[in-house]
Amino acid sequence: MELSLATRTVDEHTVLEVGGEVDVYTAPRLRERLVELVDSGVRNVVVDLGGVEFLDSTGLGVLVGAMKRLRVANGRFSLVCSKEALLKIFRITALDQVFPIFPTIEAATRDSDGSATS
Amino acid sequence: MATVRLSFSPAPVHVRTARLVGVAVARRAGVAEELLDEVRLAIGEACTRAVALHNQYGLADLVTVEMSDSEAYAVRVIDHAPIEASVGLTKLPPDELADESLTDEALTTGVGFALLAGFVDDLQVRPVEDGPGTEVRMVWPVQRR
Repeated sequence: MELSLATRTVDEHTVLEVGGEVDVYTAPRLRERLVELVDSGVRNVVVDLGGVEFLDSTGLGVLVGAMKRLRVANGRFSLVCSKEALLKIFRITALDQVFPIFPTIEAATRDSDGSATS
Repeated sequence: MATVRLSFSPAPVHVRTARLVGVAVARRAGVAEELLDEVRLAIGEACTRAVALHNQYGLADLVTVEMSDSEAYAVRVIDHAPIEASVGLTKLPPDELADESLTDEALTTGVGFALLAGFVDDLQVRPVEDGPGTEVRMVWPVQRR
């Protein structure tokens, strides 16, 4: 399935809903979208991976890149993911210790005091 | 013994095709259904690595994926990049993953290797027998029907 990207606003958070396959071919589009968001002044990004069917190292690299970019801009970056297959990928790469990962958008957006935890 | 061989030009768009073929052959070979996601990811990572190396060295040579199910399901992904390019395959510790000095390429390479090592119990990375290049060999058990 092709990559799909959609943004919406929940309170002061910009939620980027990602669907389909995030791989070496589609990841540049995800990177582009995240850079656009940060460049447009968004500082509170939640990436919802609920619709993602496949995620590889290139996609993970894009997510880390976005997190670094936001950190430099004093912004916040978090992920929403509850699929065990994807969570296993984060555990194996130790990226579960790098990203704040929440099971639901509600949980990710509830934590709005800047103290997101994984 | 059944062997399927797929060669593709080193373009990212073809990695998905290699994943789809790899999983289709794995399913037919009798790899357990619960392992197929891991097979798909590992073949994708090995092909992504090969494509990246060919692009890094400006090589137009085809990347080859060879799948066989003689005893177990064995997949070989073969690139033709200079061998020294493959030496930097190391798993990155968590505190370095988000380090500002780490380039996107280095991060993706490290994470890709972590996924290969994490998902494939029987993994070998070795030089090809003739000419420059590396072979990533991955093996999964099959259930005989």
